[in-house]
Amino acid sequence: MSEPFRFHTRLNLVELLGRRAGTVRELLTGIREVPGASIYHHTHRFLQQHHFLSPEPPNDFAYWISGSLGLNDIGERLASIDTVRYRRINDLRTRYVEILEEALAARRNSWPVCQESDEFHFMSCRTFIIPLPAVARDAGEFLDILGRISVNSLYYHVFESRLWLERGENDFAVWFEARGDHELAGALARLDPYTITLEGLRQEIIGLVRRHVQDR
Amino acid sequence: MSRIDDYVPVAGASEVEELRLLAARLEGKTIRNVNSTAVGGGVAEILTRMLPLLKELGVDARWDVIKGNERFFAVTKNMHNALHGMDVPVTGDDLDFFVDVNRRNAAEMDLASDILFIHDPQPIALVERKGDLGGKWIWRCHIDFTDPRPEIWAFLKGYIERYDGAVFSAPAFSRPLSVRQVLISPSIDPLSDKNRDLGEDEIDRVCAGYGIDRGRPIVTQISRFDYLKDPVGVIKAYRMVKEHMDCQLVLAGGGATDDPEGLRVLDEVKREAEGDPDVLVLFLPPASDIEINALQRASSVVLQKSLKEGFGLTVAEALWKAKPVIASAVGGIPLQIAHKYSGILTRTVEGAAFWIKQLLQEPEYARKLGVNGREHIRANYLITRHIRDYLLLFLSLYFEKDVIRL
Repeated sequence: MSEPFRFHTRLNLVELLGRRAGTVRELLTGIREVPGASIYHHTHRFLQQHHFLSPEPPNDFAYWISGSLGLNDIGERLASIDTVRYRRINDLRTRYVEILEEALAARRNSWPVCQESDEFHFMSCRTFIIPLPAVARDAGEFLDILGRISVNSLYYHVFESRLWLERGENDFAVWFEARGDHELAGALARLDPYTITLEGLRQEIIGLVRRHVQDR
Repeated sequence: MSRIDDYVPVAGASEVEELRLLAARLEGKTIRNVNSTAVGGGVAEILTRMLPLLKELGVDARWDVIKGNERFFAVTKNMHNALHGMDVPVTGDDLDFFVDVNRRNAAEMDLASDILFIHDPQPIALVERKGDLGGKWIWRCHIDFTDPRPEIWAFLKGYIERYDGAVFSAPAFSRPLSVRQVLISPSIDPLSDKNRDLGEDEIDRVCAGYGIDRGRPIVTQISRFDYLKDPVGVIKAYRMVKEHMDCQLVLAGGGATDDPEGLRVLDEVKREAEGDPDVLVLFLPPASDIEINALQRASSVVLQKSLKEGFGLTVAEALWKAKPVIASAVGGIPLQIAHKYSGILTRTVEGAAFWIKQLLQEPEYARKLGVNGREHIRANYLITRHIRDYLLLFLSLYFEKDVIRL
């Protein structure tokens, strides 16, 4: 018998690193050097702040390269990084570095410099994880709680724990796997949460678990 | 005065519950806010609304005000302008006097607390007492810091770096500092007269009073009469639009009647608008919150064509009313608008005119921008998020790591 599932929530405090970039090269240097929390913040901020939008705007790096430097080709490549493939924040960082290095190696007559008011500001975040009173002992209780937790809690169990805390899979998949519900766990692990709103994701997960309960 | 549970229908039950969870972790801690005025100005306004809510959540939050004479406030006004990059004189004598007034306040005030939350430059030198009083000290900067004059910045930096952290309202205000810097944006109160829901009859009444025709498109900019809000640029954009389609322009805002520059701008705007009955210039008296609310709600498109901006909360106010907003990409505005998702960012008169035409002719797209804008404000710029950030900030003073398990 597996442990009950304890729901948590997470809240972020955004920090400013006092570091700016006005060119692709400065952005690249920053991406190489800032802490992992900063990479996580800039690749997930839009997901958190625009969780109701689909399609949501891309990551901060892509948005800035396209919007402020007008380099739509590089912006599109950065926006298309398949974040769900990465299980460690440093691997994700490496992918951004590779794309920017490749771009810089390509010949261009000149590289744009953004206006001073448009500079990229590196930020970071501190993550607070708080246990909630809600505990699920079986799939029925899980469904009931999942329907009413905050988007912050949903976000924590799906995005934060998998990539930022580097647990490999989202917490829901891990719990159902431990319960022996391998098929459901597999379906939950295969979800791409980056291309759906958080409310859409909640409904998707509820649908998967409900079908699983009905089929038993 | 609103109570914390009054925010459940707008912010959500789980958001309010999270505030209670965080507040419980601050039990036993005293948090003392210090600023330079009890009434008037944005800082006093937000503290007036926020402190009762913090207390209701069980946080021992207090608020004290430093004393200063006419000369002190003349010096701090000049410092404020110098921080905005203006070439105003702040002499060594002025700075000595500034520090002296801070020291006298520090000697007289009861500052014993777990957390000292010092707002804006006026009381910044109270931190000299950190050594003997102990506690955690945070400096909260509410003002635009994009282009400070170097000598004033150097003076303030000497004090800021004695704090345990500094808080800014927009990323552009951040500078290299040896202490932690936190981003906490301001917020709007959805239950205040400026933002609460209004009935159509209330909106009709306000519009009728000003002679605004609700049957025709209304383009509005709400802001004080100030060159930095570019009201003349707004009229130029309106004229470009008017060549192709019918609309009315409303320029409404307040301002101090003893501010000579404000009155000069108002005269200039009135001259520019002369002869066009569809341009309405409204100089609103203080306490016109319901009128501003109604004008925003009556608008087809809301503009904020600022040349420079602190955070630009009028943008959040309009987005909260689900209005399509066209605003300049300055100060804190890009935080509130993701271009083409939750509003439109522009940089020129021509760009503003182009987008006004687009949004007036594509009401479905304009509606979608407004709906997204409202959700963005709900998720990120309501007073409940502001309280949450403050609670997290206070808690963060007791932890070192990036991931904190409470």
